Amino acid sequence: MDWTWFHKFGSPPHVYRLAGLLTPWFAWPAALLILGALYGGLVLAPPDYQQGDGFRIIYVHAPSAWLAVMIYAVMATAAGVGLIWRMKVAHAVAASCAGVGAWFTVVSLLTGMLWGKPMWGTYWVWDPRLTAQLILLFLYLGFMGLRASIDDVSRADRASAVLALVGVVNLPIIRYSVEWWNSIHQAPSVMKMDRPSMPFDMLAPLLAMLLGFSLYFGAVLLIRLRAEILRRERNASWIREELT
Amino acid sequence: MNEFFSMGGYALFLWPAYAVTLLAIVVNVYTARRDLDRARTEARRRLASGATGDAPSVAAAASAVGGQP
Repeated sequence: MDWTWFHKFGSPPHVYRLAGLLTPWFAWPAALLILGALYGGLVLAPPDYQQGDGFRIIYVHAPSAWLAVMIYAVMATAAGVGLIWRMKVAHAVAASCAGVGAWFTVVSLLTGMLWGKPMWGTYWVWDPRLTAQLILLFLYLGFMGLRASIDDVSRADRASAVLALVGVVNLPIIRYSVEWWNSIHQAPSVMKMDRPSMPFDMLAPLLAMLLGFSLYFGAVLLIRLRAEILRRERNASWIREELT
Repeated sequence: MNEFFSMGGYALFLWPAYAVTLLAIVVNVYTARRDLDRARTEARRRLASGATGDAPSVAAAASAVGGQP
């Protein structure tokens, strides 16, 4: 098998250029999907028969929670690849993920609280799903704190990668918390084996939002990755060709 | 229009939820682009001051002799 493509992804100048070329292909579809889903979710979708218009918080809450978990999975995968194949670009990807992931974990917690207050009567309970999501935030903060505390970049890469990999155990706990324990949090409406328990005009904006948020993260990651590569490769000669 | 903004009585919870999500989306794009601009400016500054660029990098030199950078 030809492994040239794999080695190309280990080459900082190649990834720097590729990331620049790809960014608009993520950013524009993301913007269109999110705007369309906003209209679909706030205007076109009918009110829920139990939760009325309050259910519309799902269109920002579920995509944020999805991003929080997906970004962690991307970060841990990149960290693992960096650790195993000593690939510096992979570590740069992991480092670029953490800040965005932490932001959207906070958003998922806040939007969840704002949904919980009118529906459950409280902003917060120490429920398995909610607690696991809070632990996810601490994992992100721990990853960033650990990186910030180690001056040597390659040592910071390795140490934070181990932390990221250990934290992966939290992901299935988040996913299955609503099934394993008696959770106050509602069960999944979309990501389950049988058909989604939503009519189409409620479901379509949610799916568009999920895809839009994922592409949005792709665009942000590519921009952050380029900055990260430039900072790491400050002494490399390819930067002269790239910037002049 | 008022009916839309009142969101069936959930306005007090729904709009803050949308606002905080929008804030996260905007802030993350802004900081990512600002970081890239800063990294570019810094790299150009280093190139202009002649600190590096022509000579092979320390990392390349280290790997050329087979050591870990």
